[in-house]
Amino acid sequence: MEESQDNLLNEVTGGVYKYGFITDIDTEIIPKGLNEDVVRLISAKKNEPEFMLEFRLKAYRHWQTMKMPEWAHLTIPEINYQDIIFYAAPKQKAGPLSLDEVDPELLRTFDKLGIPLEEQKLLSGVAVDAVMDSISVKTTFRETLAEQGIIFCSMSEAIREYPELIKKYLGTVVPYTDNYFASLNSAVFSDGSFCYIPKGVRCPMELSTYFRINAANTGQFERTLLVADDDSYVSYLEGCTAPMRDENQLHAAVVEILALENAEVKYSTVQNWYPGDKNGKGGIYNFVTKRGICKGDNSKISWTQVETGSAITWKYPSCILRGNNTTGEFYSVAVTNNYQQADTGTKMIHIGKNSRSTIISKGISAGHGQNSFRSLVKVLKSAGNVRNFTQCDSMLMGDKCGAHTFPYIEVENQSAVIEHEATTSKIGEDQIFYCNQRGIDTENAVGLIINGYAREVLNKLPMEFAVEAQKLLQISLEGSVG
Amino acid sequence: MNESVSVALKSDLIGLFEKSNGELESGSGHFINFHREKALSDFNRLGIPNVKNENYRYTPLEQYFNGQYEMELSPNPSKVDIRSIFKCDVPELDTHVALVLNGFFAAGVQVNGLPEGVVVCSLGEASVKYPRLFETHYAKYADTSADGLVALNTLFAQDGFFVYIPKNVTIEKPIQIINLSHSFKNLRITRRNLIIAEENSTCNIVVCDHSLCNNGYLTNSLTEIHTGNNASLNFDRLQNENSRSTQINNLFIHQLENSRFSSNSISLHGGLIRNSFYVTLNGTGAEANLNGLFLCDDRQHVANFVLMDHASPLCTSNQLFKGILDEEATGAFNGKILVRKDAQKTQAYQKNNNILLSSTARMNTKPHLEIYADDVKCSHGATVGQLDKDALFYLRSRGIPEAEARHLLMYAFANEIVSRISIPVLKERIIDLVDKRLKGELSKCNDCNIHCG
Repeated sequence: MEESQDNLLNEVTGGVYKYGFITDIDTEIIPKGLNEDVVRLISAKKNEPEFMLEFRLKAYRHWQTMKMPEWAHLTIPEINYQDIIFYAAPKQKAGPLSLDEVDPELLRTFDKLGIPLEEQKLLSGVAVDAVMDSISVKTTFRETLAEQGIIFCSMSEAIREYPELIKKYLGTVVPYTDNYFASLNSAVFSDGSFCYIPKGVRCPMELSTYFRINAANTGQFERTLLVADDDSYVSYLEGCTAPMRDENQLHAAVVEILALENAEVKYSTVQNWYPGDKNGKGGIYNFVTKRGICKGDNSKISWTQVETGSAITWKYPSCILRGNNTTGEFYSVAVTNNYQQADTGTKMIHIGKNSRSTIISKGISAGHGQNSFRSLVKVLKSAGNVRNFTQCDSMLMGDKCGAHTFPYIEVENQSAVIEHEATTSKIGEDQIFYCNQRGIDTENAVGLIINGYAREVLNKLPMEFAVEAQKLLQISLEGSVG
Repeated sequence: MNESVSVALKSDLIGLFEKSNGELESGSGHFINFHREKALSDFNRLGIPNVKNENYRYTPLEQYFNGQYEMELSPNPSKVDIRSIFKCDVPELDTHVALVLNGFFAAGVQVNGLPEGVVVCSLGEASVKYPRLFETHYAKYADTSADGLVALNTLFAQDGFFVYIPKNVTIEKPIQIINLSHSFKNLRITRRNLIIAEENSTCNIVVCDHSLCNNGYLTNSLTEIHTGNNASLNFDRLQNENSRSTQINNLFIHQLENSRFSSNSISLHGGLIRNSFYVTLNGTGAEANLNGLFLCDDRQHVANFVLMDHASPLCTSNQLFKGILDEEATGAFNGKILVRKDAQKTQAYQKNNNILLSSTARMNTKPHLEIYADDVKCSHGATVGQLDKDALFYLRSRGIPEAEARHLLMYAFANEIVSRISIPVLKERIIDLVDKRLKGELSKCNDCNIHCG
């Protein structure tokens, strides 16, 4: 039994990362390294207005005064920022107007990834903005969305075409001084998605961004800004993959969400960056700042994430519940296998009265993986009748991995009701035995149990992603029962 | 608190040490003095922990160290008769009583009728008399390099109590240590204690902390406890000091195979109370139970810090800490369960419940797990809330006035901890004290002339 379990474990840990191909297309890159000239160069390459250059330079100068934070429960090798290429773009003509003008090699890439980039896949009903390396390659369904007044385009386009909106909202949720990686991102971000849902509009389809790092030695720094005006609704998906490479690559993104009065934003992520090989070589460093603000009353922001990739994940999608009667939600499944490390969780800052938050986190560690959950629930004096419920469960598979939780609860208002609970366990032998007894082999039993364990979170994903996420979980964990 | 203040505070304390070093050393045994040098260099490196230190995140200690305090370097022959002004809160409690006054084991207090081989005496005296025990145990569990306050205590350590229970000995009557702070000046007190419970021994220890006047006391107390194989130790603590007192309690517990350690800490009153528990389960099958209750109001601050280190397989730990905070009181709970790689079959539970009674009270809690073994059962839970409105309504609808109903609910909340105290008389007395404390009547404490608070 022991041996067969080891075999199963090997099978899983030896599982090949299926998105690890490299696309052979012309890429325009700038020299390695980071200095003020590089920041200027990036801004110039993107034909940005003056205010953006200033924003970037301020961020860069601030970043130089900062030190890499060390509080996370992670072991991060030193990052040499002079050895990273900060801008890499698939070469293309002045901006594709239809699919015919997009490099076919690129389209094949996204095909392989199963992204419904082509409009013939209209049925799937997902509007996609695909970001390859640092540049937004193609946005689909733009026209359909424009009819309703929804703006969904790449960040560079938005900067050029809607400078007023960008000026008004960029950096308001995650200021350029926020943290080390947010500052870096503010200085060098190359592209990303921008989305604006006007008043009273319910976005008719899921919006989606697909991120892909392709070129070697590059870092990817994308920036997403999502503004949901009064009474609007949008559901937004984000997926990520990268080729397999021996060296580590840096991904430092920023996502900002604003939900105005009565608006609701649902943001889902399936993060599957290359996690490195089974000896921990290579993989993406995923250092991301995600934050949403429920600015108007009765607004709601819901984060759902399935984190299976990356060598190191460091992200805390957070909600600032500023308005009254606002709701913040965080649902997360994080898997660490082999030598992956994750320090992820959320912050719920309650400022408005009657604000509510829910945090559900399911961590799964296998191999030598180290999985940390970190959360902050803060109730300010101004926030009456706050309700929070936090549940963070961890599952361990194998005796070399670790599962950790670091919940912080800070309450300054007596009317708050805050609950936190956490459990740590492994898959019970009796559960497996029960399944075996009914003719389900161990491998499938584990898949069943894991999916049941993560169900609360997976249920929150939109259909298209739920299927992918379930498959991902199965691939990374089937059979790895200790 | 800015950087320069921290540095000044540190150099003041080091200066104080250099000035008094001669006197400190002359009164202490070799093994106490031996550790001062390392403690000095560690303290010089660490200083007084500030809020940037993750373990002290919610407890701004530096400001409490900044007051003007004097220090006694030898037992001060008290001009007042302690017995005339102090009566034990638990008069019927039949115990072996020892008094520690301002950090010095009060000479002249007899500990009678102890079973043969059992030692309850001054730490300074014991360090000379029992060098071998000191060599094995003193400063072996409290690591000066990990915490500035541990280094500070080791640096200034002179006296405190020493308890030794030899192999296979069971002490029927509890040993009661009464720590008194009594002085006409503001006083800086360093207390260092050592408890050694050898194999198969069983013992109850009750420690009570009192201040006898309304002066400010800054107490840095450190207790090292060793429980040998199969030993069982009950450690109950009652903290009741005035609101100008600052009390830092570091408890280091080192447990061997199948040993059992239980502690109930009742923090009734004090200006700032910080209780740190560092438990190392260093033998298969060891069990540790930590319970704590704190009631605070005014501008008091109570912080409980726990590091439960599961270093061996098949160990069990339970933590239950509850707090009621009123007025402008602040509370903190910072509990960590660490399950090391080989500590399979661990069971570790942690719970922290808090009730806020006023809009200005604040509670910060951080229940925290770090787990490196897979075959474990660990859980933690934390809540911050107020009295259950439905329960309150239920009581009131049955004719119980609101104030009384609230009192009943708080009492029930606190009772979960108090009911775990294993000595019946003590339990009754503490129930009574908690009851009074909740009614705000504690200053009218039974036979005691001192009006705390």
